Amino acid sequence: MAALKALRLPLSEESVRGLMVGESVRLSGVMLTGRDAAHKWMIDTFIRKTRAPLDDDLETYAAILPLLDGGVIYHCGPVVAGVAEQDYRFVAAGPTTSIREEPYQGEIMAHFNIRGVIGKGGMGEKTLAACGAVPGVYLHAVGGAASLIAQSVKRVREVYKLDFGVPEAMWVIEVSDFPTVVTMDSHGNSLHAEVAARSGDALAALFG
Amino acid sequence: MEITVQKLTEHVLELIRLAATSLPPDVEKKLRESVQREAEGSAAQGALQTILQNVALSREKSTPICQDTGTPIFYVYHPEGVSTRALKKRICAAVAWATELNYLRPNAVDSLTGENSGNNIGGEHYPYIHFEEVDSDDLMVDLMLKGGGCENVGAQYKLPDGRIGAARDLEGVRRAALDAVHEAQGRGCAPGVLGIAVGGDRGSSFVASKEVLFRKLDEYNPDADLAEMEARITAEANQMGVGPMGFGGNTTVLDAKMTAMHRLPASYFVTVSYMCWAFRRRRMVVNGDEATYE
Repeated sequence: MAALKALRLPLSEESVRGLMVGESVRLSGVMLTGRDAAHKWMIDTFIRKTRAPLDDDLETYAAILPLLDGGVIYHCGPVVAGVAEQDYRFVAAGPTTSIREEPYQGEIMAHFNIRGVIGKGGMGEKTLAACGAVPGVYLHAVGGAASLIAQSVKRVREVYKLDFGVPEAMWVIEVSDFPTVVTMDSHGNSLHAEVAARSGDALAALFG
Repeated sequence: MEITVQKLTEHVLELIRLAATSLPPDVEKKLRESVQREAEGSAAQGALQTILQNVALSREKSTPICQDTGTPIFYVYHPEGVSTRALKKRICAAVAWATELNYLRPNAVDSLTGENSGNNIGGEHYPYIHFEEVDSDDLMVDLMLKGGGCENVGAQYKLPDGRIGAARDLEGVRRAALDAVHEAQGRGCAPGVLGIAVGGDRGSSFVASKEVLFRKLDEYNPDADLAEMEARITAEANQMGVGPMGFGGNTTVLDAKMTAMHRLPASYFVTVSYMCWAFRRRRMVVNGDEATYE
């Protein structure tokens, strides 16, 4: 494996362009979690505008804009302690499957200038195209490694849309040396596309 | 036999804690063996090492192995004369309690309103509880926590299936299982374990494909043909090179477990349930006041 890179958030365009598939990257700084409900909400309310903003939508939008500009969105539905007391601590916080956000992710990256998407399982063509254009990268965290990853979350700064439920809310977290591997880069390379093609050939051979 | 109902909530809470935070030894052993099969310094080996570190840390700190603490699936084997309604009440109380203690993430979402119930209790079917009366004085409870990522890559095939050249025979079953592994890629959190059910109707086939996952990984299938096919599917799935997390590599599945059921002449279903590496299942046996866990 290539040498380990340590990067601070937000990510510069130059540092993103310098990342290649296969590199290990440790991230430090502030990032935002967001998964199914958050992606649908962003798309419907602010990008495709199929629903009008309600309640705290506009306030939340204003608050997340600077966080996502050059920033990272983490596909994660954490286990959080201290919810009743609003003294939030991440107990378990591994990645969730990213492909569910494929219909939305590219447009969301372009709209908010998101330069990094963290998740598991990889994403498809639309996101890969957005990685080239914005530019951005897809960073793979180890699925299921939730207790370990939670240790790199040093503090919960804020939570938005807690009415989506704990897993679906958008948590603003400070991380230190958050471990990832680049599996899709801004130069059109995708480890996932590569492995899918290779394993497809192997399957064809097994079918004879 | 007497089951002290008051204590039962506490016993079930411990069962949930154990399942959520401590990976069963048979699964951990398979994961350890697979580290050596991956190339030194590869992303695949790195992922497996991270997984094993996480397993140790979760056990030590009593925190969830994976943040998706999944659907709680209970199989309750009870003596004659025990009220299943009373048991259900205790199990649900323990599930809500475990959620409060952060052993479980609040995971029950109303499909129509999108509202999360906050305590993992949702309608009649969440958590999932199956009751069966047995000829024993003990109460035995098996629990599996099955996450959404791996549940989403489960698949059902209706044979014959021309797309994969699968006819209504064991060779067709093999093709369906391998196709499911290829479709899943790393998204079910590979390396996983396959639960494969042949026959039944659509519903019973899915249920059986999960029930078979309660078997230990080092347990041999009593049916020689199925035992052989389990080994073959495991070996061939690993030749596909999907690898841990889909990073590429030699370990795509840890094992396969198969079962066969009677079917209608018109139907031939093959159902594949995928269990992620975070294979959380535990057993509790209660006799009187005392509970033992394995």
